[in-house]
Amino acid sequence: MEEQELRAVVIATLKTIAPEVEDGDLRADRPLRNQVDLDSMDWLNFLIGLHEKLKVEIPEADYAKLVTLGDVLDYLQKKLK
Amino acid sequence: MDRPAIIRKTAADLRLPPNLADYAATRAAFSWDAVRAELAGLPGGRLNIAHETVERHAVGPLRDKAAFRFLGAHDTRDITYGELSRLTNRFANVLKSLGVGKGERLFLLSGRIPELYVTVLGSFKNGTVVSPLFSAFGPEPIATRIKLGEGAVLVTTELLYERKVAKIRGELPTLRHVLLVGEEGRATNVPGTLDLATLMAQASDEFDIVPTGPEDLSLLHFTSGTTGTPKGAMHVHGAVATHWATGKYALDLHAEDIYWCTADPGWVTGTSYGIIAPLLHGVTSIVDEADFDAERWYRILDEQKVSVWYTAPTAIRMLMKAGAEIAKKHSYPALRFVASVGEPLNPEAVWWGKEVLGLPIHDNWWQTETGGIMIANTPAFDIKPGSMGRPLPGIEAAIVKKESDGKVSPVDTADTEGELALKRGWPSMLRGYLHNEERYRKCFAGEWYLTGDLAKRDADGYFWFVGRADDVIKSAGHLIGPFEVESALMEHPAVAEAGVIGKPDEMVGEVVKAFVSLKKGFEACEALRMELLGHARKKLGAAVAPKEIDFLPSLPRTRSGKIMRRLLKARELGLPEGDTSTLEGGA
Repeated sequence: MEEQELRAVVIATLKTIAPEVEDGDLRADRPLRNQVDLDSMDWLNFLIGLHEKLKVEIPEADYAKLVTLGDVLDYLQKKLK
Repeated sequence: MDRPAIIRKTAADLRLPPNLADYAATRAAFSWDAVRAELAGLPGGRLNIAHETVERHAVGPLRDKAAFRFLGAHDTRDITYGELSRLTNRFANVLKSLGVGKGERLFLLSGRIPELYVTVLGSFKNGTVVSPLFSAFGPEPIATRIKLGEGAVLVTTELLYERKVAKIRGELPTLRHVLLVGEEGRATNVPGTLDLATLMAQASDEFDIVPTGPEDLSLLHFTSGTTGTPKGAMHVHGAVATHWATGKYALDLHAEDIYWCTADPGWVTGTSYGIIAPLLHGVTSIVDEADFDAERWYRILDEQKVSVWYTAPTAIRMLMKAGAEIAKKHSYPALRFVASVGEPLNPEAVWWGKEVLGLPIHDNWWQTETGGIMIANTPAFDIKPGSMGRPLPGIEAAIVKKESDGKVSPVDTADTEGELALKRGWPSMLRGYLHNEERYRKCFAGEWYLTGDLAKRDADGYFWFVGRADDVIKSAGHLIGPFEVESALMEHPAVAEAGVIGKPDEMVGEVVKAFVSLKKGFEACEALRMELLGHARKKLGAAVAPKEIDFLPSLPRTRSGKIMRRLLKARELGLPEGDTSTLEGGA
């Protein structure tokens, strides 16, 4: 999947949980949860949503690696290859 | 799996002699005056939480012991009792130099960073009343609370200020000073605010604690009711007697413990037991600055050699969901006592502790108004999984029934459902709701404080939670007032009426679910649902906003016009609708 396409899917998934998110305001190098109000349940639902949309397994043990939007995109990119 | 109804304790379960070994004898001999005599106190009958928690240790053998160990994103920082004394003196001097006096209110909005802890304790030294806010609140709950509390000072981070406060600053005329913590230690330069680090660097690290008495206010904790605005529960310096006694009996703190309370100080557990109680007992507290992560939490328990752990049912259920394999990557030989608070802990979770961590989890019960733990399962005694335990020494609890004259009387028959009540007079009991004497009075019937929780007591004296007596929603252990959520939804131009309920959820207890009906000209559709969700989240923040929104043609109301949340909930759950005689139109 192209990088732009993947980013669009990730943002669309995020928006099902936090519709107030404006794509342009998100910085890929900063912790996502510092930029978007996501409680633990929202975060879990976001990762579950990505798993469902992209058919990618995201084991709980990997959750700690996913902090910034950039982390999420890199992680998914590798998994999709 | 078939499990016995009682977890029996034997001497082998106790690694240290328990502080509460003989339940009946300790209760019989207990007096709050004797507990107060164990506190250091200040000359002239004065009392200050910062003196009890910090100063008396800073001049004694604990001076160089770590009071806190902060686990940041990149590094670990220990703050000793001696250093905590100097830092909190500096902060008290900062307040003094800004002309902030005794009794004025300081609001706090931040994650679990060292500055938060220094601010709380430094404010106590200056006699300033602290009101912690949860950092996942949106602008609206923040503004409502600062306005109600007439906040004079706000301490927050640059990031949170820009995201949540800057746009509402104009609505907060009482706020004279905003002190900012910069990102990664950088100085801030935001118009209308001051840089906290700069002020701290200029301040002296010597300070004489402002004279405070046991009845002077220390903390203002906001909590939610069914109707109207949030209530500011006022607490006093004298509450430390409860924090001392419960740290001893309910958490079984011993001097050598490494203690981890996972609660955020934005809520009462995070201040009473994340700051005050462990410092009183001179233990080292772990503070994790990061959000929940299963792997990280197990690593902390293991690597930091946590011996006493106080956490919450939602976190425990999230750990359970993450699976036992992650837990088994680590070992927990130092861990000797695990307690939980926030909502009833289901029996499976109690047992999970025993099976995965090697220790059962001890549920306990209290609320913002009680200021400290009231009813608990403690190390030396059998656990009945699903029960909140028994009243602690100094606490008299009962199930009460209302009489026709409005008075209440205790119900002596075991296993009878009724309202949980506490005999008034324990030191950390709230002293009032700020500017709301009437609501405060309604909490009492004669000598009894009415908790609003329905419960039962069994023949062995164990209490069992049944439900709330009102419509307040309990999500991840925190109370959410439906009215606050409904009001925010009603501000959207498409919404005609809104009714908000707690929908049972395995993970967090209840999730906030909203039902809305639309004004003429608006059509229910997915795009509008998303728009409303975004609207509510922007105003209320993730902690308060609904997770689900459903459209209804109209909402059920009583003839007097009140939305029948009970009926919405019954319909949502497919339960019998109960008495609908007051329903408008009889539908």
